[in-house]
Amino acid sequence: MDSGNTAWVLTSTALVLFMTPGLAFFYGGMVRAKNVLGMLMQNFFSMGLVSVLWAVVGFSLAFGDGGGWIGDFDFVGLKGLGAADAALPGYVGDFGLTIPVIVFVGYQMMFAVITPALITGATADRLKFAGYAVFLGLWLLIVYAPVAHWVFSPTGWLFKRGALDFAGGTVVHINAGVAALAVVLVVGKRRGWPRDAMPPHSLPLTLLGTGILWFGWFGFNAGSALGANNLAGQALINTHLAAAAGMLGWVLAERIKTGHATTLGAASGAVAGLVAITPGAGFVGGLAPIAIGAIAGVFCFLAVSLKYRFGYDDSLDVVGVHLVGGILGSLLLAFFADLRINSLGADGVFNGGGSALLVDQLVAVGATLVFSFVVSYVLAKLVDVTIGLRVTADQEAEGLDASQHAESAYAMSEFGAMGRVG
Amino acid sequence: MKLITAIVKPFKLDDVKDALKGAGIQGMTVSEVQGFGRQRGHTEVYRGAEYTVDFVPKVRVEVVVDAADVDRVVDAIVAAARTDKIGDGKVWVTEVEDLVRIRTGERGPDAI
Repeated sequence: MDSGNTAWVLTSTALVLFMTPGLAFFYGGMVRAKNVLGMLMQNFFSMGLVSVLWAVVGFSLAFGDGGGWIGDFDFVGLKGLGAADAALPGYVGDFGLTIPVIVFVGYQMMFAVITPALITGATADRLKFAGYAVFLGLWLLIVYAPVAHWVFSPTGWLFKRGALDFAGGTVVHINAGVAALAVVLVVGKRRGWPRDAMPPHSLPLTLLGTGILWFGWFGFNAGSALGANNLAGQALINTHLAAAAGMLGWVLAERIKTGHATTLGAASGAVAGLVAITPGAGFVGGLAPIAIGAIAGVFCFLAVSLKYRFGYDDSLDVVGVHLVGGILGSLLLAFFADLRINSLGADGVFNGGGSALLVDQLVAVGATLVFSFVVSYVLAKLVDVTIGLRVTADQEAEGLDASQHAESAYAMSEFGAMGRVG
Repeated sequence: MKLITAIVKPFKLDDVKDALKGAGIQGMTVSEVQGFGRQRGHTEVYRGAEYTVDFVPKVRVEVVVDAADVDRVVDAIVAAARTDKIGDGKVWVTEVEDLVRIRTGERGPDAI
């Protein structure tokens, strides 16, 4: 046990938790004013439901030893994990933990909280809250937990195969990004899209959320070193540089294509860079994060227009940023990976490692894409035909804040129109 | 000259705008308003305390037209804004005595 490492992972846990409210405001600013509370609630609610489910059974399904595909029920209710000598299957030798297992449980909990919350940007303005709540819980256990097991647990089949994912390019971003596409295909477009303008109601909120995400991402990526060490420092620098280069790439591309550098473009580019560096944060060094971030910034800018071409209403571009950024990052890692940065990693194509890593990365990306898309689609369909996943046309016109939560975000009752009932 | 004032549901504004453009209208003024007619407001709940909010958000559309065009334009607005549900709004027409285009000083129907 190392107290310095433990302190850093505890700190990172708090940083990653903070990303979810950050995401809520990143998304919340982009929706129309009548839906901002609905968006914030979908994200905040994940901090409630997912945390509880994680302690009850989620962690056990992700990190228990049930073979390569999924965990088991040995750690249900966090059984035995609080003991000072607790151990996790597979975390031995090179992968041995130097922090208490219970700290690792908490750290991973925050990843589980934010991942399904990412999906909500794609389905903005039209999810029925009860249907969302059920989908959220099911998705955590049936989609997130297995994929986390495959990739993060040393007993998972993709981990054993040699696929690299430092902090969640496949598990978090590709997983949530392709699930977002599946759910969008089930619930359909917002009424009026793409004809009606549905501009962001508060870009200042979006920029504030971006700042919180960027800040929290240091815990997400540098915390994934699971120690306060050289690798954590490298991951932190990589994270920051990719965000910076992502912003520059997006802004430059939109300045050339549409004539203006926009605040939403700067925010989106930074997030695209952060997404793309996530899988490689602890495996690359030098100028690689700048290349990865800049490529993601430009490509994600181009990718967000795909929804108009193919006619799916990915409202806040979860597919364009998280899915595309996650795939780019997972594959670029196979070119830039460097054993001198992380001896548990590999050498990529540019460092004389040949194409072996690229094959592993393609398998990991493909497996996550297929599994998550298919299961997410079936889950969403199941919830939709049973309790309903989408609000009625009237509720959609009224807005989620009033129809789902009986509140208004900016309830300045200046006309004295509000009367207390009872 | 007549002033046509329409109170419509906010999400029908685009349809109304398109209908007015289709009817050859060159300009219009739009404002966000709140009010109520027969449509009920809604209830909000804060820490268990329930409140009624009587006023419903609407959009007010105003256009000045030549007297000869009134029926055609009103019909276009009504057709575009109708959902057949309570709360679709109202349209009314009032007389306009004079009109000035500020830039040129043109008056009357020439300023429409």
